[in-house]
Amino acid sequence: MEVNITSYKRCDVVKAEGRVDSNTAPKLAEAFKSLTSTGRYKIVFDMSEVNFMSSKGWWVLIDTQKTCKRYNRGELALYNVREDIRSSLDLVGMGSYFKIYSDLTTAVASF
Amino acid sequence: MVTLARLSRWRSSRRTLDGLFDRIRSMKTEIFPGVYESLDKIAKYVSQAAHKAGLDPAEVYQVQLAVDEACCNIIDHAYGGEGIGDIQLSLDVSNSNLTIVLKDQGEPFDPSELPPPQLNVPLEKMKVRGVGFYLMHKLMDEVRYEAEPGRGNTLTLVKRR
Repeated sequence: MEVNITSYKRCDVVKAEGRVDSNTAPKLAEAFKSLTSTGRYKIVFDMSEVNFMSSKGWWVLIDTQKTCKRYNRGELALYNVREDIRSSLDLVGMGSYFKIYSDLTTAVASF
Repeated sequence: MVTLARLSRWRSSRRTLDGLFDRIRSMKTEIFPGVYESLDKIAKYVSQAAHKAGLDPAEVYQVQLAVDEACCNIIDHAYGGEGIGDIQLSLDVSNSNLTIVLKDQGEPFDPSELPPPQLNVPLEKMKVRGVGFYLMHKLMDEVRYEAEPGRGNTLTLVKRR
């Protein structure tokens, strides 16, 4: 799995490619932490190229969302989530914790 | 006449036995080390079989996710960490089902002791915990778990074709 971060003036876009499972989830968590530990809490997670995400990945998203939303200082928004991933998130009721965008410009502009 | 009847019974039981042996022979088995790096290989192996069994892409994904969650449970809970033991994975495609059997030599667990999932809980109250077993039930048509003392655990996942 590859992870890249692009920083904009008002938010950061984290883009991952490939599978997010128990093997790769720590790498994704590290990428989010590199932002939140420097006070950047407005994040868009670009999931266009994420083709699989297990519950280990979802917990990384939940954990990051908690950190971002604390004191209303920001939010983790998701962009371009594959239908399979989205419906599995909904099965355990986790989909409701995220705003999901189908357009990157709108996602970035939401901050 | 008696001999003929016996012969016919013997023949039919032979046929049943042959059928059974064919099923066992056709059940492909692979052994993967119980480490997170195996998950990608297991996913490819299972997805190919599910695709070949004629499942649609959404169902292939569901099988892939259920098996991933099952294997993580084996590594994290049955073995209590990576590199402790193997995961034996067998596949069978019948006219009606894709059956996946996962075996491990780790610690047993009692599914009835698993707490229900946290649905509609405020975000700040969400706590990391296993959702794997619940998910497997949601994603598959049948989930059977058996623990035999001293002989390990067997998890059977069935998806209808």
